[in-house]
Parts: sequence; C-alpha cells; structure tokens
Amino acid sequence: MSEFLISARGLTKKFGDFVAVNGIDFDVRKGESFGLLGPNGAGKSTTMRIIGATSQRDAGTITILGKDPEKHGPQIRAHLGVVPQQDSLDMQLTVVENLYIYGRYFGLPRKFVKGKIEELLTFAQLEEKRDAKVETLSGGMKRRLTIARALVSEPEILMLDEPTTGLDPQARHILWDRLFRLKEQGVTLVITTHFMDEAEQLCDRLIVMDKGNIMAEGSPASLIKDYSTKEVLEVRFGSDRNQEVADKLRSMCERTEELPDRILMYTEDGETLLEQIYAADLHPKTSLVRRSSLEDVFLRLTGRTLIE
Amino acid sequence: MSIVNIRQGSTRLVDTKKVHLRGALYVAEARTRAMMKWFWMILAIAVANPALYLISVGIGLGGLIDKNVGSAGIDGVKYLTFLAPALLAQAAIQSAMDETVYPTIEGFKWYKVFYSMNSTPLSGGQISLGVFLTALFRTVYTVILYFLVMWFFGALDSPRAWLAIPTAIFAGVSFGALMQAVAAKLENENIFFVVLGRFIMMPLFLFSGTFFPLTSMPFFLQWIGWISPLWHATELGRYLTYGHEISSSMVLIHFAVLITMLVAGLYLSARIFTKRLAK
Repeated sequence: MSEFLISARGLTKKFGDFVAVNGIDFDVRKGESFGLLGPNGAGKSTTMRIIGATSQRDAGTITILGKDPEKHGPQIRAHLGVVPQQDSLDMQLTVVENLYIYGRYFGLPRKFVKGKIEELLTFAQLEEKRDAKVETLSGGMKRRLTIARALVSEPEILMLDEPTTGLDPQARHILWDRLFRLKEQGVTLVITTHFMDEAEQLCDRLIVMDKGNIMAEGSPASLIKDYSTKEVLEVRFGSDRNQEVADKLRSMCERTEELPDRILMYTEDGETLLEQIYAADLHPKTSLVRRSSLEDVFLRLTGRTLIE
Repeated sequence: MSIVNIRQGSTRLVDTKKVHLRGALYVAEARTRAMMKWFWMILAIAVANPALYLISVGIGLGGLIDKNVGSAGIDGVKYLTFLAPALLAQAAIQSAMDETVYPTIEGFKWYKVFYSMNSTPLSGGQISLGVFLTALFRTVYTVILYFLVMWFFGALDSPRAWLAIPTAIFAGVSFGALMQAVAAKLENENIFFVVLGRFIMMPLFLFSGTFFPLTSMPFFLQWIGWISPLWHATELGRYLTYGHEISSSMVLIHFAVLITMLVAGLYLSARIFTKRLAK
C-alpha cells in the first residue's frame, strides 16, 4: 500500500444544482492527524461521508486504504471508525449494549467484543455508567461513547465530524485529551471542525475549505505564517466611530479587517502599534494584542469569519 | 493505563464475509435488545388486547348474534369461530406495523441509528431486512399469545383453529413490509401518523369483513377489503379453520395478493433504505 491512506483528485459532489464539493484534491498520510477546517456548509461533512464510503462521489477519483469506495464500500468501512456529527447512539440500550452491538456489525466474535468493551469503557471514562441507558448520559459522555464505539474494530482511520460541537469547555478538554492519546499511539485521524483552536490543537496538517473549495493547505503554524502576521491588534472605537477611524488605521499597519464590532490590525508587533495609535490621538475604547490564529487565516482567505 | 489498545488484532478479526452473510441478523439482534426494554409493555398489549375484544365483542356481541341467528350461525359457525381468524390477523398487522414503522422513523430521523449502522460494513438492504425480521419475531410472539388467550376463553371450537396462526402472521408481515417502505420514504411523520391511524388502520379494521362477511357491505365499499391484507388473511383463515367456502382460485388469489405485498414491500424497503442512507 502506498504511503497515503486516502487520496482524492477532483473529488466532486452535487445535490441537484448545488455543488457541495467542487473538485478538490487531498492526501492523508498514515499516522497523521488531518483536518478539514471551514464554516458550516463548506462541504466538510459531505467530504467525510464520501471518505466514509457511505455517500458516492459524482466526479473525480478517490481511494481509501487503496480501494475505490464505489466498488468496495463494505470492505473499506470495515477498517474505518466513524464518529458522526450527531451521536446516533441507540438511546434505548445501555452503554455496554451500544458497544456490543456495534462490534457485532463488524463481524467480530462475541468473546473478543466483550473483552474490548472493558478497555473502551476505561478509555472513555464510562466504567461507572456501563449499565446506564444512553439517554441518561450527559452530552460529553455520549460523545466519548460515540468515539469509543468507533474504536471497537481498531480502525485504520478514525474519522471525527465536529467532535466537540455543542460541548461545554470542560467536556471539550477531556475529549481533546482522549484524542491526543490516540494520536500519540499513531492512529490516523481525519477531523472536521469549525473551531480554529480545535484544529490547532489536534491537526498536524489541514485544508481550509469554503463553499466546496480548498482555499489553503498546510500545518496550522505554516498557514498562519503564510497568510497572517505574527500578531493581531484588536481595537474597538464603538460601532459609530469604527468606520470613521478605519481609514487612518489602515495606513498604520500591513492589513486591517473591519468587523461589525471591532477592527483587526495585522502587524509583527502589536504593543508598538497600539502606542502609535495613541500617539495619533486616537483613543480606542478597548484594545487587545494577541497572536494570529487560524481564524485570521480564514478571514484573510474568504473575508468572512468561521462562525457567523 | 487509560489508553485503548488499537492494535490488538481486530483488524484481522473484522470479517466482512461474515457480515455479508449475517448482517441482517446482527441488526435484528440489536433491534430485539431494544424491543426487550419494552418487554412488559409488549406482553401487556399482547394479552390485554385479545382479552378485551373477546369479552366485549366475542362474548357480548357474539352472544347476542348467536341467540338471534340460532343454529344456522354466521357463515355456518358460532360468531366467535367466525371472528377469531380476523382478530388474530388484525393483532398481527398492528404489531408488525408498530415494529416496522416506529423503528424505521427512529432510525432515519429521531436518533439516526441507521446512519451509524451503515458506517460499518452493513448495507442498507441488510439494515432494512434486520428491522423486518425483528417485526416478524414480534408478530409471531403476539399471534401465539393471542391464540393462547383465545383458547383460554374457549373461543376456539374448531380443531383446526391453529391454522389461523400462519395466515395471521402472513397478513401482519405483508402489511408490515409495505409500511416499512412507506416509513422509510417519509420526511414528515406527524401527518403520516394522523393519516395512518384514522384513514388507513381504522377503515381496514372495519371494512375488511372482520365482523361480518364482506359481501354484506354495499358493493362500492367492498374494494377496501380487496386491497386489505386483513381481508385476504381472514378469508384464508376462515377457509382453513372451519371450511368457509371459497373457490380454489380465490384461495390462490388470496395467497398471491399477500405474497405480492410481502415481496414488493421488502424490495421497496431495501431500495429506499439504500438510497436514503447514501444521500
């Protein structure tokens, strides 16, 4: 098998007249953590469903684990672990039963699945909830169970669609920790997210998607380096005055982005820039100096924010 | 250590050939486990339903009818004997429908479990068949319990009464398979439930020659019976249990209608499942 576990060229998917995925190319290497970053409707989930060998492409080529999903759907799915956007657990069954039935869907022997369940319960920190009905679990627990379920078959590739959307900060961090451990063990991860911090934390390499197209590709650090400055100064003059001062600010730094409530100023040195602003007798109501993030990359590439 | 072992060997153990052969059974196993959470409810329905009918319609109404028609009987037999195959088939239809329609809507819409099933080696056709097999299992269970309650009430005076068991199951699964296909196609289930209860189930129950021969209906209402699995199964049931007179070509037609419904339902359901999952 080649070094790429997934290889797509000109991948296209349409729903009627709407082009959800517009001829994209990408490769995923063994052992890497690959991200699809983009806002809702960018085509991430559609791409994931094609990789997951459940939805078929309309044009282009794709091989997953060396096989064409159009011809070998079940054989490919046998070696994928899928964590869909919506947990889609069986609410009426218990935690253990959910893991058990899912293991059976892969044709795994009962005895093996039973042993595996113990391991997965520990991994997902759900030992005490083993006989609880799924509908009684918290959102974070359900999400961990969904991930544990996807691991029952020891997949070659673990695919996570928006793994932490809808979770509170603490639950997100627990989940990131679990995923990070998997990554350390060399599991190939494919993750979609519209959270830049999640992409920065978990992805070795990512593609930035918008409206079915790939806008940029690279590691989080190289994307920030290529498409943004080192620091960002955020200033607010109040919604009435922002427009008024925008022209003056634009001449003071490399680039600005005017958002409805604030102005972002791209610069190598935020503190110095702020001093210059005060020196020019402009007095922002609030100011914040921070490092550039993938959010800034996305803004630069599309002129829009990730979460609208 | 809380790290999950990811190279313990299931890559070798994952068996797509086995799933290809037995996938529908795995789905049925999971569905049956979910169904068993409602075990007491299902048992209560399966026993209370016939008990109430037999007391009110069978004994109450039946007593009145038998007294008035005398030894001629209805169709030459006691009213309960006449009624039994129809009640049995009606119970089968109800339980088959409960176990196909609700799980199908749940799987596609409410919890979307079918999508997670389909992300394993399982195919849409196998998921469809698995749901159907579970409904078949519940139908068999309900019909046998119903039959035992009838026996307990002394409602069975034909030595061949048990022959109504297979015809009832046949009616149930034929209708269930069709309804499963319909449910798989649904986007908005709310309207469907209103229509199903009031405009499909109720007329079927009342106009399928259940409580009186279909021929006592004005001709322009008899078509309901003709398209109703309940009527076809009831006619077969009456023919087998007490020798209700029908021509052998009608026997064949009844069988043919039920088989057609079953095969069409299973085929359409598998197709619609596959298409909807691949969207």
